Amino acid sequence: MNIESAQASPKEASIRPAALREVFADSRDGSATGFVVASLADATASGRPLLWVQDRQASRQAGIPSANGLAGWGVRTAIIRVQARNAADLLWTMEEGLRCAGLAAVVGEVWGAPAALDFTATKRLVLRAEESGVPAYLLRISDVPTLSAAHERWHARALPSAMPRHDRKAPGPPRWALDLFRARWRRPGRWEGQYDRAAHRLDLAAPFSDGAVAAGQDDVQIRAMR
Amino acid sequence: MSKSAPCADTPLVLARPGRHGSVVHACNRVARRVGVRMGARVVDMRALCPELSVEEADLEGDRRALARLALWCQRWCPWSAPDGDDGLILDVTGSTHLWGGEPATLAQIETALAGLGLRARLAIAPTQGAAWALARHGAEPRAICTQGEIADWLAPLPVAALRLDAATVLLLHRLGLKTVGALAAIPRSSLARRFARDRKALETPLRRLDQALGRLPEPIVSLAPAKRFRVPLRLAEPVMDPQPYLPGLVEDLCRILAAQARGARRLRLVVFRVDGEVYTVEAATARPTRDATHLLRLFDGCVSTFDPGFGFDALALDAMVVEPLAATQVGLDGKQATDVDLARLIDRLTTRLGAAAVTCPRLEESHVPERAEHWAPALAGGMAASTGVPAVERPLRLLAWPEEVRVLYAVPEGPPIQFVWRRGLHRVTRHAGPERIAPEWWRERGAARLRDYYRIEDSDGRRYWLFREGVAGDGRGGAPRWFMHGLFA
Repeated sequence: MNIESAQASPKEASIRPAALREVFADSRDGSATGFVVASLADATASGRPLLWVQDRQASRQAGIPSANGLAGWGVRTAIIRVQARNAADLLWTMEEGLRCAGLAAVVGEVWGAPAALDFTATKRLVLRAEESGVPAYLLRISDVPTLSAAHERWHARALPSAMPRHDRKAPGPPRWALDLFRARWRRPGRWEGQYDRAAHRLDLAAPFSDGAVAAGQDDVQIRAMR
Repeated sequence: MSKSAPCADTPLVLARPGRHGSVVHACNRVARRVGVRMGARVVDMRALCPELSVEEADLEGDRRALARLALWCQRWCPWSAPDGDDGLILDVTGSTHLWGGEPATLAQIETALAGLGLRARLAIAPTQGAAWALARHGAEPRAICTQGEIADWLAPLPVAALRLDAATVLLLHRLGLKTVGALAAIPRSSLARRFARDRKALETPLRRLDQALGRLPEPIVSLAPAKRFRVPLRLAEPVMDPQPYLPGLVEDLCRILAAQARGARRLRLVVFRVDGEVYTVEAATARPTRDATHLLRLFDGCVSTFDPGFGFDALALDAMVVEPLAATQVGLDGKQATDVDLARLIDRLTTRLGAAAVTCPRLEESHVPERAEHWAPALAGGMAASTGVPAVERPLRLLAWPEEVRVLYAVPEGPPIQFVWRRGLHRVTRHAGPERIAPEWWRERGAARLRDYYRIEDSDGRRYWLFREGVAGDGRGGAPRWFMHGLFA
């Protein structure tokens, strides 16, 4: 099941696309970035540019997005990266970006728990995003989930990667533990996300209940297949 | 005219490309003393003076600077123009009395130019040709030649003072005509006949002589100062808040721009306080525009940061850089194209956050990751979609600077087994690599070391990009060091 079909399952036919998604992540973990970029695949297919805003600590702690890396993940559009001094500038930049219908999406990254990022600020982002139809993503690095008006709130964490086809010692296609812990138009849940770079597709699967299988131990996996 | 060198005791020359290698374009006083000549080849002069330091001459920049200087010199007279690559010509007719006569004018010009770090040779003469000759070849500094004495002043000067090319000067020397006086003594018909076949109708010795002596007119074409787009506004009495006057100011400027079919790229708002304090705000736009509402938004909120004191009494809005902008068609629904929206977004972000904060990636042909892509200001243009997928997988995030990590690895060139990054211990469960990236010897200094990049995954499933700088015993430093460079998703 991929993310769009997960959203549009018949049981929840009335759901709407989320205007603002928050993704919580650790600064030493690139999986949240991967999840955001994988969900952007539809938005960037239009060819419109992407606005990527970072505050100073986020870029210092977690690095800056790499144009070559993004190109490998199917982001072929132009990217505008904005380095904001603090969270207040970042929120202002995101609002300005969300006013502009010529953008594919707006991605913001904040580090820590800035005081400027409160319920009112997220509500403003949601309103702007709903007005213009530009989806917004807020990557909250090393942050705690406080009150927020975001339509969807996710936790992303890395999982041991899938087995690659050729070299069994090498890291394979990335897998993530995705936890949708709060959502406006759909039911929260936990998934295992896997991204297929060749097809630019994000797959969400229900996690294994058996811890040993989930850990990817070979003999257990084989036993489970029998 | 020569710019005084920053360090006066080393011989320095500026080189320009010549037909057989670079030639000396200019040199400083020390170099001239050891025997360096203008126009000689740089290699010959190096043989003469081994410690000669050579810099590339910026001919185009010199020309632009000279044009700017010509406009600056209009403080002494209204009519000025650059003359060749190394001179200025000013028409001071009727304006010297304002400066206290001709000698005083020359003294003031020399002092002002010395203040700019320039040495000048000056002369005043009734004709352009005579002034040229006296400034360059005259024995007397600040020569002043009056109407009746041109021939006397010019007679002892060499024929090169007549603005002739090198071939003609050489020919005149071979004919035994060394000075202007000797040339003037030749009958006109003989001179005209001898130099009629050279196909240099405008530069024959006879014509040049006539111009210098004032028998032929030679008008000066002055530089027209660039049109300024500036709207000043003087207020009847001081106000505390100049914000209400801004819309009118911007609309006036847009009207002027529209009349000339121009759009502003860079704007400056100057607000004058009663006590002489001046506040300045600058704004730039990604593409030329004269949309009043957009320009007004660029100055949003900046006026409120000024300290009003006893009030402001004048404002001025300047379009410092303008570009041609034709009238554009607006769609039937009243909306403009999305790329206009985008350009305006970049303008607003740049005005508030600074040009260095709003960037676009520039990809370059290099294997070194931090050199292969760099972020350049979006305002400079060149926002483009990426062209292709990189051949090898690159991490989604790159650290701004590679961070050193302590790594346990199989010496000498094995993969990492565990490492400590930011005080956290990571056990490596899988790895791919190494991908060896050699230093670019044509860009870096010789001690740069190669890098072996590993894609690794730790026991929590986090994927990183590590590299080892150098190999043991490569003779370029001690033990190899390890760095964390990027995060895979």
